[in-house]
Amino acid sequence: MIVVHGLTKSYGSTHAVRNLSFTVEKGEVVGFLGPNGAGKSTTMRILCGYLPADSGEVSIAGFDIFSESLKARSRIGYLPENVPLYPEMRVSEYLCYRASLKGVRSRRVPEKVLDSLDLCGLRHVEGQLIGTLSKGYRQRVGLADALVNEPDILILDEPTIGLDPNQIREVRTLIRRLASRHTILLSSHILSEVEMTCSRVLILNRGRIVATGTPAELRERSGGQISGAIRLEARVPDAAAALAQIRELEDVSTVSLSPANGDWSVFEIIPSEGDPRPGIFDEAVRQGWRLRELSARETPLEEVFASLIGTATEADSRLEMEERP
Amino acid sequence: MRVLWTLWKREVAAAFHTPMAWLMLVFLLLVTGFNFYAGVSVLNHGPTEVTVVESFFNTVFFWFAFLLLFPLLTMRVFSEEYRSGTVEPLMTAPVRDAQVVVAKFLGVLFLYGVLWLSTGLYFLIFWFQTRLHAAGAVGAYVGAYLLLMLMGMFYLSLGCLCSSLTRHQISAAVMTFCLVCLFFFTGLLSFLGGYVGTFMRGVTMTLSPIDQMTQFSRGIIDSRPVVWYLVMTATCLFLTLQVFQARRWRG
Repeated sequence: MIVVHGLTKSYGSTHAVRNLSFTVEKGEVVGFLGPNGAGKSTTMRILCGYLPADSGEVSIAGFDIFSESLKARSRIGYLPENVPLYPEMRVSEYLCYRASLKGVRSRRVPEKVLDSLDLCGLRHVEGQLIGTLSKGYRQRVGLADALVNEPDILILDEPTIGLDPNQIREVRTLIRRLASRHTILLSSHILSEVEMTCSRVLILNRGRIVATGTPAELRERSGGQISGAIRLEARVPDAAAALAQIRELEDVSTVSLSPANGDWSVFEIIPSEGDPRPGIFDEAVRQGWRLRELSARETPLEEVFASLIGTATEADSRLEMEERP
Repeated sequence: MRVLWTLWKREVAAAFHTPMAWLMLVFLLLVTGFNFYAGVSVLNHGPTEVTVVESFFNTVFFWFAFLLLFPLLTMRVFSEEYRSGTVEPLMTAPVRDAQVVVAKFLGVLFLYGVLWLSTGLYFLIFWFQTRLHAAGAVGAYVGAYLLLMLMGMFYLSLGCLCSSLTRHQISAAVMTFCLVCLFFFTGLLSFLGGYVGTFMRGVTMTLSPIDQMTQFSRGIIDSRPVVWYLVMTATCLFLTLQVFQARRWRG
């Protein structure tokens, strides 16, 4: 549905997007992830035909966005960041205007507008002036606008930014619901959001893609199964003796004793190679310890993200240092 | 065509949904109303050489209101879209840049037309009250309003150009006012006497709106100003389109 090849865009001497290539297949929900200023919005604006690229190709549903801009644009529903709207218009009036601007037949405009009003939960504010709406409702109006001509592709730039937790949940539910009918590309700098809504993630940093894959794949790629410490809470007769016994077990690198939690001793175990948890369990059974917790912390996507961005930034600056004469 | 119609409707609705259009209507009717009153009261002091129409379209009050309208009408058209960011959803919809420029121009031109047509009420009232014609012939009305529309087209397109250059409405208004005045007062160059040659004086006289209005409000329609205003309008709109595109392409 979306094919991007070798996209480059710079503002003066600042490179916003550098040699970006990716594809989004029909029916996918792809998340664009990256810190602020990574080039997410710029890329999305280019995809929607708002900004021209310096070089590279973008094809939207088979149409080139530069040479067949109008055809390509009519297949996209775009929600810009911060959702600019005309404050003096009423909600349904605005949606009617947008629908006919996007080439919906006059006869079908009222029906389509009603559909998108319903889908975005805007029926009870349809007669209200947009200028009087709250941020959450403005976001929904933007979304309804993106949906009104039932485009194949939805491009949503930070769809949940500035919303309260309740509204965020609603928007996410809505996006998941839309995923069955549309191909969606959304951007975010919140990882949990991308993790919850997207089937695939593209991590962008300084205008380049630094990683791509499903959230699970990305997590796996950075540092294997268990990266952090294992936590063991057990009732042991002698904490110091237990500490020594655990240290002797296979796959255990170091053990330390954390402050006890009431009667329960708390151990922090750093694994060496494999997974020491079964061994620890067997030992506990053998010694007759009562176990309350034996858990490994899975690497959250946050850490994957941080490590990817970190290494990419380092590599970048090294490259720039080398490029300098 | 349908896109153009949709865009145009929104432009006109935007003006009438905000107090702007109504305030301007009040302003214009107040100033021209006084102007009309002054024109009629002259008649009470004995015979004059000019008709009511001629005097109406050739006073300081009239030109004052006329000149002030342009920055007020056009400052918003593009600047507002830039500032609020609505240009982004607008230009990611399947619309051509030229359609947007033309729709915006036709929008303000319509507003301008409505404003000035409302002054026609004065001549209707005059006729009802006195059963006399305010002008010597119908041609005088046609001439005066035709020139008003032609000048309006040029100055409004100039205003659109200024508005497309900046996201600040006030900057757009100041630029528009300066440029409109520059073109409006070209006629004054002829007063520089010896410094200007006869040819240049002829040119500036032809281009001077005040001199043109004197002719047109008598019903004498000269084709030179008609061509001048049409060509200048087209030029300004073309430049507006270039600026509008370039602003986006520059990023």
